[in-house]
Amino acid sequence: MIRLAWKNIWRNPTRSLIILVAIAIGVISGSVFTAFYNGMIYQRIDDAIANETSNIQIHAPSYLENKEITDTIANIHKILPLLDTITTLKSYSLRFKTMSMLSSANNNSGIVLIGIDPIQEKKTTNIWKHIVQGQYLSSEKKNTLLIGEKLANKLKIKLRSKVVLTLQDTKGNLISAAFRVSGIYNTGNTGFDERVVYATWHDIKNLFPDSTLLIHEIAIALQNDKHTSNYAEKLKISLPFADVKTWKELYPEVGLMADYTQYLQLIYMTIIFLALSFGIINTMLMAVMERTRELGMLMAIGMKRTKIFQMITYETIMLMGSGTIVGLFLTYIIIQILSTTGINLASFAKGLNQMGLSAMVYPVLTLREYLQTIELVLVAGFLSSLIPARRALKLTPSEALRKQ
Amino acid sequence: MSSIIELKNLTKIYREDGNEVVAVDNVNLQIQKGEFTAIVGPSGSGKTTLLNLLGGIDKPTSGQIIVDGTDITRLSFSQLVDFRLHNIGFVFQSYNLIPVLTAKENVEFVMFLQNRPQSEREKRSTELLTAIGLAERMNSRPSKLSGGQQQRVAVARALAPRPKFVLADEPTANLDSRSAENLLEIMEMLNRNENITFIFSTHDPRVMRKARRIVTLLDGHIDNDTVTG
Ligand SMILES: Nc1ncnc2c1ncn2[C@@H]1O[C@H](COP(=O)(O)OP(=O)(O)OP(=O)(O)O)[C@@H](O)[C@H]1O
Ligand SMILES: [Mg+2]
Repeated sequence: MIRLAWKNIWRNPTRSLIILVAIAIGVISGSVFTAFYNGMIYQRIDDAIANETSNIQIHAPSYLENKEITDTIANIHKILPLLDTITTLKSYSLRFKTMSMLSSANNNSGIVLIGIDPIQEKKTTNIWKHIVQGQYLSSEKKNTLLIGEKLANKLKIKLRSKVVLTLQDTKGNLISAAFRVSGIYNTGNTGFDERVVYATWHDIKNLFPDSTLLIHEIAIALQNDKHTSNYAEKLKISLPFADVKTWKELYPEVGLMADYTQYLQLIYMTIIFLALSFGIINTMLMAVMERTRELGMLMAIGMKRTKIFQMITYETIMLMGSGTIVGLFLTYIIIQILSTTGINLASFAKGLNQMGLSAMVYPVLTLREYLQTIELVLVAGFLSSLIPARRALKLTPSEALRKQ
Repeated sequence: MSSIIELKNLTKIYREDGNEVVAVDNVNLQIQKGEFTAIVGPSGSGKTTLLNLLGGIDKPTSGQIIVDGTDITRLSFSQLVDFRLHNIGFVFQSYNLIPVLTAKENVEFVMFLQNRPQSEREKRSTELLTAIGLAERMNSRPSKLSGGQQQRVAVARALAPRPKFVLADEPTANLDSRSAENLLEIMEMLNRNENITFIFSTHDPRVMRKARRIVTLLDGHIDNDTVTG
């Protein structure tokens, strides 16, 4: 039966080829569009994890809400041994993190000051890879800062410029200190680059001579993001006195974008298949009309209605299916090529960077999305076959046979 | 002697926008196993209608069609489909083979619908095509065969499911006289050697001459019924 349906499709090769090509083009455009969007979002997620949040962060329970300098993480000596038990741990970084103000001769700007151990941070995040001028921080050099290019432009400062850092101490008094810019970074996310300034622990400690080391944040990088929620759950249970959050919880909008891609593909493909269904229905109706006498003969010699229905349905699904397979195959090739070369959106780079998106896009299509397309075709193929199949069943053998 | 087909007061009236056409008018007829019967009559006399009623592909307005003891006018649509599949072989004027299948696949198709095993389909289709002299053309598609050859394949297809009888509506109408004669010889041979019942309609006097019984229709009723052989 399947063989007969397949042969029937090729009775009118031109007509079938046209519809097949239309389906293939629809599938390719839908899939490449989805892959492109995926690439953009995944890049954003990778960047966010690599440069900004890491996979998991730990704070004091009140820190994220208040961002007070006094909201330091308690019982660090209990947390660190626990982190060392994570088998897929890449590294972690203990950070001082507070709101602060950075002033140059020309201008000033509110910033987030992050105090780090340069060696630990280098193992945990990729910020060191994004240095565009000067150098990464080092404990040897006193009072140096690593700032974003965007902020440097805003404050009209250059490498080695002098700046003044102003912040509150633990008692609420304002303290100021002079620093020098030793490095400028650019992550491609202008929002981040405008806000985040790095200093060494060493220099921060000197600002607070009578306090112990103030740790507000532990950023935990894992070797693979798929372990994130698993370990986050474990840490949440083991550390009831701390606030454990995954990058998705920290950047919910980025997490949402990731979930949204799946719906986007579904919606986009549904629209494409809806449009293509009209073409298919029309083609199959024509095929049924042309074969009226033959269908009458088949009914006369004893082919059941269910079998005739089945035959028309198979033909429709196979016609759509073969277009889809061709489309997905070409999509696979296109994506293999584009995912190595990348698509350069340099001309739109500014706008994209403002949204935290990168100018180079490497399209990605997951197996799940390939499968989703196939599922959709089966459903669309079946639905499209209903009208032509119904038309075929309406024929009565004696009348169908009378047709010349 | 029990007849395999018995028609009792069979009437078929077509109603079309107010007009009534009595295509088959109160026909009573019995057909015995092994008959080789021609239904003849002028155009519009009701031959096709009668054969369609006999074949269960059309419903009568009134009357009974009893095949081997079963009144097929009482069967539902789907029961009729099944009845046709297992009891009746059809040969059509315009061959009506499936163009995308080979001669052999066309013959096998009915047996496929009957869910017969592949080995049996294979054996029977080869046998039948050999019997009708088309062993060499078994794997040709209908478009590669002449009209006469296609109609012989259609006869093989009709016989494949071992039906109780074969109905053929003007099987030779599209054939040249030589092919028509050849087809009739094959039908006759199958009738004599395998006792297969054939009922066919025709306009062609040469075909009529081969029949052993001629039923003449006129305006839907039986005008004449002669046993000749
Ligand atoms: N579906 C139909 N609707 C209305 N009238 C019909 C229909 N089918 C047949 N008729 C009429 O019934 C009568 C008998 O037709 P039928 O086709 O059985 O004759 P026939 O003997 O086979 O003719 P021919 O030799 O031309 O094939 C004709 O008057 C025809 O017009
Ligand atoms: Mg006729």
